[in-house]
Amino acid sequence: MEEVRNAVEVSRLTKRFGDIRAVDGISFQVREGELFGFLGPNGAGKTTTVRLLTGVLRPDAGRINIMGFDISKAPLEAKMLMGIVPEMSNPYIDLSAWDNLMLMGELYGVPKGRRREKAMELLELFDLQDRRDQKTKGFSKGMKQRLILAMALIHEPKLLFLDEPTSGLDVQSARLIRDLIRELNRNGVTVFLTTHNIAEADQMCDRVAIIDRGKIVAIDEPRNLKAAIKSSQSVEVAFDRPVDGSELLRNIEGVSEVRREGDRLRLYADEPGDVASRLVEYAKAHGLRVLSLNTLGPSLEDVFVHLTYAEEGRDAER
Amino acid sequence: MQSGSWRFRARIRLIHVLAVARKDAKIYYLKAPVLIYGILFPICLFFAFAIGRGIPLERLLPGLMGMTLFFTSSSATPVVIPWETRMRTLERLISTPASVPSIILGDILAGFTYGITVSLVPLSVGIFALGARIVDPFIMTVDLALGALCFSALGSLLSSLPTDNPSNVMMLSNLVRLPLIFISGVFIPIERMPGWGKTIALISPLTYASDLARHSLLNEGYYPIPLDIVMILAFGITFIAVGMVLHRRNIPRRLS
Repeated sequence: MEEVRNAVEVSRLTKRFGDIRAVDGISFQVREGELFGFLGPNGAGKTTTVRLLTGVLRPDAGRINIMGFDISKAPLEAKMLMGIVPEMSNPYIDLSAWDNLMLMGELYGVPKGRRREKAMELLELFDLQDRRDQKTKGFSKGMKQRLILAMALIHEPKLLFLDEPTSGLDVQSARLIRDLIRELNRNGVTVFLTTHNIAEADQMCDRVAIIDRGKIVAIDEPRNLKAAIKSSQSVEVAFDRPVDGSELLRNIEGVSEVRREGDRLRLYADEPGDVASRLVEYAKAHGLRVLSLNTLGPSLEDVFVHLTYAEEGRDAER
Repeated sequence: MQSGSWRFRARIRLIHVLAVARKDAKIYYLKAPVLIYGILFPICLFFAFAIGRGIPLERLLPGLMGMTLFFTSSSATPVVIPWETRMRTLERLISTPASVPSIILGDILAGFTYGITVSLVPLSVGIFALGARIVDPFIMTVDLALGALCFSALGSLLSSLPTDNPSNVMMLSNLVRLPLIFISGVFIPIERMPGWGKTIALISPLTYASDLARHSLLNEGYYPIPLDIVMILAFGITFIAVGMVLHRRNIPRRLS
């Protein structure tokens, strides 16, 4: 059987800023070829972690291995293998799209001929070929972000770090970037994706790590994380006329909570299948017509809220 | 070439320095206003002090040369890093394989090239319009090269101030640079300065660059040529070394 290698290995990584432990002894691995999501609330330590992994910051303790290279001992070799889209980053606005790509290609040691060839290819892929000689000063946010991603790909990296790549983008640009990330991953590029967008992580990632206050609180495949929170299983129902939620809570056995979501009601239960049957009986008995009925597992958002808020709750109790 | 070999590392580091210098040239130097300002500012400042003193213009040329070299080489280097912090391009640059020393050396190389190029303008005017003569072309070359390196490194050292506001750095830069031109024998030759003036002049790298220019253009100078060269080199190396330490320390602060 072929051994799965790790593209990123992080061991007891710690970074302090004054008295604050921004990253608190975290350890994890990202497998080669994996699309790995990194989630967390604001200030949880996501960007600091990415800056440590990409060699922008030096850790106070711990080890980072990138494709077999210890980044503190061999930063040049490790960085040559990575493509990076930092969270708060811009292309050089006084340079054209072409010059920005050429600069990045040069910094990653791509030979001139290959650099030009790859730049043409990327400009076409990101639909920027008509703007290649224009200064990026006049580019929209979506165009700038596409260019930044193109800049990260000029040296054909094996590992791609993306820190909030679709944040604040229009739907079209965000979709284009997501499709490209998937395509790159299908072609063997390992992707480390930091995002606020839980649905994005849920749809795209093979595994997800959730970081809160500098510590990793969960790491697994999205479906396993969702399965771990049984309390968030639910039944979503829509009737032909309004029904009082508290009425359902009283009369349907096994329902722990009812929430109204637009024209639908969401009933939380440990056994959603049984509750669905009881709902049908209830509708018949009360002359209601069921317009839609779905059993739902917990979303990754539920997992995220459960894990991060649970920590807050525990802290408040202490 | 193996990725781990010293040859590979040296070659790639050199590529990084040249790429950063080329980027700086395109963004900060190769612009008509910057080039015109680089030539006009030292000339205007110089004539404001020189006119009416009855000194032949060719005798003023070494001072003008020294001042032009000083102002141009150290003109944009102080603002590059603060400006890139503000424009959010610094993190992108730091996250590439280019190390902090390579980036700083690239910035210094751009200032060095700009300083030498612009300083050739007053030198050419002096030679072709005022009848000045380069007595020792070798010393002139050494003066231009070491002076530009030293002053550009001074600019880079000033840019280590952990701010993203270029005007803060420019204020500090002018606070350091403007007094230096009055104590460095640019307007008054060192030999005519009072004792305290001669002592203060020792702490300015511009003193030695102007003196070397006098050696090369007028075949006269206050200090021996080897001393001028050693002092400019010593200042240059110190500026580079201290700048590297401060930049390494302050870059994480800029990003947080």
